[in-house]
Amino acid sequence: MDAGLTTDSHDRGGPRQPLLIARDLRKHFPVKGSGKSVQAVDGVTFSVGKGETLGVVGESGCGKSTLARLLLHLVKPDAGELVFDGDPVGVSGGIAIDGLRRQVQMVFQDSYSSLNPRMPIRDSVAFGPFVQGKKKNEARHLAREMLSKVGLNPDLFGPRYPHELSGGQKQRVNIARALATGPRMVILDEPVSALDKSIEAQVLNLLRALKRQFNLTYVFISHDLNVVQYISDRVLVMYLGRVVEIGPIDAIFERPFHPYTRALLASRPSMDPARRVEEPPITGDPPNPINPPAGCRFHTRCPFAERVCETMNPTLGAGEGLHSHVAACHIHDPRAGHSRYGSA
Amino acid sequence: MALAEVRDLTVEFVTRESTVHAVNGVSFSVEPGQVLCILGESGSGKSVTLRALMRLLPRRRTRIAGQVHVDGQDVLAMPSRDLRKLRGGLVAMIFQEPMTALDPVYTVGQQIGETVRRHTGCDRQAARKRALALLELVRIPAAERRLNAYPHELSGGLRQRAMIAMALSCNPRLLLADEPTTALDATVQVQVLILLRRLQRELGMGMIFVTHDLGVASEIADTIAIMYAGRIVENGPAARILNAPAHPYTAGLLASTVHGQSRERDIAAIPGSPPDLRRLSEGCSFAPRCPRRIVDCHLTVPEPRFVAPGHMAACHAVAVRVPATQVASTSTVSGSSATMSAR
Repeated sequence: MDAGLTTDSHDRGGPRQPLLIARDLRKHFPVKGSGKSVQAVDGVTFSVGKGETLGVVGESGCGKSTLARLLLHLVKPDAGELVFDGDPVGVSGGIAIDGLRRQVQMVFQDSYSSLNPRMPIRDSVAFGPFVQGKKKNEARHLAREMLSKVGLNPDLFGPRYPHELSGGQKQRVNIARALATGPRMVILDEPVSALDKSIEAQVLNLLRALKRQFNLTYVFISHDLNVVQYISDRVLVMYLGRVVEIGPIDAIFERPFHPYTRALLASRPSMDPARRVEEPPITGDPPNPINPPAGCRFHTRCPFAERVCETMNPTLGAGEGLHSHVAACHIHDPRAGHSRYGSA
Repeated sequence: MALAEVRDLTVEFVTRESTVHAVNGVSFSVEPGQVLCILGESGSGKSVTLRALMRLLPRRRTRIAGQVHVDGQDVLAMPSRDLRKLRGGLVAMIFQEPMTALDPVYTVGQQIGETVRRHTGCDRQAARKRALALLELVRIPAAERRLNAYPHELSGGLRQRAMIAMALSCNPRLLLADEPTTALDATVQVQVLILLRRLQRELGMGMIFVTHDLGVASEIADTIAIMYAGRIVENGPAARILNAPAHPYTAGLLASTVHGQSRERDIAAIPGSPPDLRRLSEGCSFAPRCPRRIVDCHLTVPEPRFVAPGHMAACHAVAVRVPATQVASTSTVSGSSATMSAR
């Protein structure tokens, strides 16, 4: 492995300290003229262990992309804190935001608009290392190396511009660019959603291989549950700006606690015409995040909603450690007095 | 007689620099009450094929050849007056993005009413009544209130339902759907699929449903036609395509679609990427990516072969398992009508 890509020297807290802890992150976007705001992320807490892939799922408008941007301070959180490998982010005594960005990189869904159209792709890939202090020819050398790591011949593709590449090739460039600065963590925001299935599989395989090779930690955001199941170790389910369930991938897919998680899983197409989904698992659309329902935000669509759900905000149960499986649902909370407690 | 019959359809887009061969000899037929899914990746020609059925392609830049018959009428030869009657009357279309397909400055009720009045000549009041009935048919809650809503005031799922209502307003016999659930969330997508399936059955419509998603196709299709580089490479009953694919591309697509594979292993991806439609090769377009290619594949485009009654694959490497006499008795070239008679 190239010396510039080795990152283990940064690992200070040991393998058991979470690489990233997010506590009570909050971001509301004001809506002009109305005095209201979109509650995109509303009190989100979770940890990402070293070397794992945390999947983040939810429907459009649930705040998963805003969450991704908060993790890199691409949008500034209104409240909450980030701790990266033991260091609080953006406060005195911790690490600065550009220090965070040296270690955390991002890949966006739209592979075209996230590349500079006037820059040959080898320059796009070299840009990050150059800005972070590498000499120009070192950065160029690194870019060549990264392009071949993602399966693009640097002599053939390096001089090309983004519009000369296919969607899958552009996404490979974005991955190369993210890895060129030698990050420890990569946030992948719907990285394969715009790709065709045959190309999606190629990129997923590539992401898995690179993770092994560079010892990476991933936060993988997607609306596709099948993809999340394949690539993640743990999964976080979001609904209207809040975490409704988090846990190890098999636990969530085999024994989902939250009615929303169950509905999401049951909404997946069957892949078998003999076993079609006959009844919609839930009805309606997700409500508008400008004016989210009080209490449990899912109660307007939940088949088990009771009085307590309309008034009291369920909290994510306290789990023991990183690998516990918890849900924010009154059915699973003995103190809430939900009539179905213990039945589900 | 088939409700829709397409024979040797070719569509080329001509620009000064190049010619894009979007559709290269597509044949299929759809019976009344049948759902045909055209499945393919981006650039496979599936949406262009669908649009050709209504001649919704830019006239100056497009060269169309072949035959398209809907309910016995020759769509490609039709004068534009008759086309206006056909569109929205006999044939209606649902688009992928309801926000851009609906007019933002008219209410949902006005837009549906306009279609009804244009085709039936009824008055405003009757049109509004019909619009209300349609919104109820597609299960839009509080339909009376939603008649006066503008498209931006509706959620994505309701907007798509409103567009379905508009498409159904003049009782089309053939419904064309161009990825109608792709822009929707998972929990909403399944609701719209179930709704479309129910309406299609109740109204006895034929439907051609274009999608890139095998899962969606498995939820709605009677027959599936797989397109690659502007050709139908496989066509047959949905269960057979999904459980016993004959064409290497279909098999590759199924294997590369993530659905519960072991996390221990890589996904069996198809290597390479689809061909450039400006420069198509002589033989089978899939040959450069195909694990089963033989010399013939680079030389000639494979003819349709029948691996079972009603199950066609256009591949040199596939063994014919149905005697020619049986094929002739069940279907013409594409075999989609054969599956119908079996149903």
